[in-house]
Amino acid sequence: MDELLREYLPILIFLGVALGLSIVMIVASLITGEQKPDAEKLSAYECGFDAFSDARGRFDVRFYLVSILFIIFDLEVAFLFPWAVSLGDIGTFGFWSMMVFLGVLTVGFAYEWKKGALEWE
Amino acid sequence: MTSSLSTDLVLILPEIILAAGAMALLVLGAFRGEGSAGLVRFGAFGLLIAVLILTACAGTGEKVLGFNDMLVVDGFGSFMKVLVLIGALVAIPMSVDFFRRAATDRFEYPVLILLATVGMMLMISANDLITLYVGLELQSLALYVLAAFLRDDVRSTEAGLKYFVLGALSSGMLLYGCSLIYGFSGTTNFTDLAAGIASLEGQGAGIGLVVGIVFLVAGLAFKVSAVPFHMWTPDVYEGSPTPVTAFFAAAPKVAAMALFLRALTVPFGEIAAQWQQIIIFVSIASMLLGAFAAIGQTNMKRLLAYSSIGHVGYALVGLAAGGEEGIRGVLVYMAIYLVMTLGTFGVLLVMRKDGKAVETIQDFAGLGRSHPWLAFVMAAFMFSLAGIPPLAGFFAKFYVFISAIEQGLYVLSVIGMLASVVSAFYYLRVVKIMYFDAPEGAPLELPFPLASRVVVGVTGFLTVLYFVVPAPLVTAAGAAAKTLLP
Amino acid sequence: MTVTALVFYLFAAITVASGFMVISARNPVHSVLFLILAFFNAAGLFLLLGAEFLAMILVIVYVGAVAVLFLFVVMMLDVNFVELRQGFLQYLPVGALIGLILLVELLLVFGSWSVLPEAGNLAAARAPDAATLSNTDALGRILYTQYLLPFQAAGAILLVAMIGAIVLTLRSRPGVKRQKISDQVTRTMETAVEVKKVQPGQGI
Repeated sequence: MDELLREYLPILIFLGVALGLSIVMIVASLITGEQKPDAEKLSAYECGFDAFSDARGRFDVRFYLVSILFIIFDLEVAFLFPWAVSLGDIGTFGFWSMMVFLGVLTVGFAYEWKKGALEWE
Repeated sequence: MTSSLSTDLVLILPEIILAAGAMALLVLGAFRGEGSAGLVRFGAFGLLIAVLILTACAGTGEKVLGFNDMLVVDGFGSFMKVLVLIGALVAIPMSVDFFRRAATDRFEYPVLILLATVGMMLMISANDLITLYVGLELQSLALYVLAAFLRDDVRSTEAGLKYFVLGALSSGMLLYGCSLIYGFSGTTNFTDLAAGIASLEGQGAGIGLVVGIVFLVAGLAFKVSAVPFHMWTPDVYEGSPTPVTAFFAAAPKVAAMALFLRALTVPFGEIAAQWQQIIIFVSIASMLLGAFAAIGQTNMKRLLAYSSIGHVGYALVGLAAGGEEGIRGVLVYMAIYLVMTLGTFGVLLVMRKDGKAVETIQDFAGLGRSHPWLAFVMAAFMFSLAGIPPLAGFFAKFYVFISAIEQGLYVLSVIGMLASVVSAFYYLRVVKIMYFDAPEGAPLELPFPLASRVVVGVTGFLTVLYFVVPAPLVTAAGAAAKTLLP
Repeated sequence: MTVTALVFYLFAAITVASGFMVISARNPVHSVLFLILAFFNAAGLFLLLGAEFLAMILVIVYVGAVAVLFLFVVMMLDVNFVELRQGFLQYLPVGALIGLILLVELLLVFGSWSVLPEAGNLAAARAPDAATLSNTDALGRILYTQYLLPFQAAGAILLVAMIGAIVLTLRSRPGVKRQKISDQVTRTMETAVEVKKVQPGQGI
């Protein structure tokens, strides 16, 4: 266990340095910089006009469809990692087990493709 | 590996056939385009019939474990699977007319029904908390989509969304319970859990395990829509397309009830005293809420939703009583409930006025004069749901209450009977409106859709004439109940 | 090891603090960013437990996909978050009460820590020896063989998710010109070009 954690020590040190450095930069600019805020400086600048409207609006649901389908295949890929690591031990049974799993998702993929969910009109 | 793969595969042959068939139909539908709905529906119907025959005939009812004890096939499972398959079988033809008129005759509907059925069969056969959870999720996910199937209809999408959000919450509670159980017992397997709890030798389980069971029960109570986890039911039943509501009220409820029975009696049978009180409370609350909340309803689907909450309460009386008798009571109850519910929804699907499906109770006014046969069958369903002899619903209540009284649960039985008297009020109100109120609005559209007419006819026949030969169902249920207990 | 304990408390404290910020931040985009911070710290906690695979999955799936989808929804959807937040104080007492009850329950559970006497043996019977294997390897050895059934059922769940997403959201608009590769490739000169003789002074 400790052996495992020691392997991750560089990442911890990296995180510490990153955190420390970014705090130092922000604090240093706060201390050393000259700050005289006024209403004009703080207002939004959009080509000289005030903002017309909120940036949020109705978007085509197609965007979400693409990202949901992405998540599904992302999860499928997540199953591949332990399989790849342990394939030597689980043998042909494990191999075919994964092939069936992938087969099921290929059926889904074929369905998606034929329905035109992957096309952007 | 304790058992070989080939024997394992034979055990879940029905599930494999359904899943593989669903995928084949999905690909077929995708390649042939939208016009293939009829063909896919026909294929799904054939598959369900084949699997129904296979499940009903296969197996001697003995308990067989498979897939490293993840799965169990026994008489109890086969009995419940047959009920679920009947529910799914009926849901497909009943939907034809409805979706065709709503211009949503899509081939995904039968495919989703098939996949939901696979999930339900896995739930029923689960012998491990993990199998239980994946089966439950497979079922629920397909049902969320079905609830929102009329995607341009605001109420349908709202029903789907509500069902999804609350269903996800309940799955979270269930998983939390499972993780506590695993943490305090070291296993998720029902057989191992039973062995581990038996090793306590009557000392009583620790608080950790009990809290885990409580969360498990909360999650399961949500899935069978028992009080206090019932709040989604009226909205979802009302908003979903009517054939989907009929399916919701029938098959998933039977499957979730089977899960409830197995998940409590098999691993935790030894410490029944620790969960029995919860079941008694849930049962009483469901019966009372089902009786009183339905009184003010004007929408038929909402009324049936509250009615189904009440019926879950009655069925849970059998679980609270426990033992072979109690479980037999639940099985008989679920079988008769399935028939009555499908019939009542069949009547709703038969009736259309002004190009719209009938939904309010007032639409039934004068049915006794305009369509005496339909009114007669509907009245039979209402009397049966109320539990009035000699209709089937009476026998259902009879067996659960007998088992409760034998176990000395007098308070529970008395409250249950009082609740059923109160609930008779709103069932009889429907009958009164049908026979004594003057007809309103446009006449019903003719001809009635054939499939729903057949469903109404068959279920009506069974409901009215059940008392002639009650023995086969009770014997089958008794044999099934015996295999659940060790 | 004191360093491990120190790192644990650091990750745990940041997780709780960022979890609190998720529900209290005024700007919903900040909420999602705090959620991502919470995910990262939870991944750190998993790592401390030796569950490398779960830690990486949390980063890949939750941060990489789910949180991005959250951001997507929050940034693009026309939802009035100020309005949504109005009921917040109103429901606070009820929520706090439920939280309190859960806390008391958990304290009871951990106070009377009573694991089944058989728990150790039961756990060892079905899991590979975690001490000699890496976490990912240990998972892989049982997930595809011993847990074949739930694994395949998980595949079916993903399939249902795909069907559901498409059934509920996909609309094909009529009259859109699509690329039909087979049609385009099989075009020959005869089907593509029409030669007409134009008589002088008459036009076509």
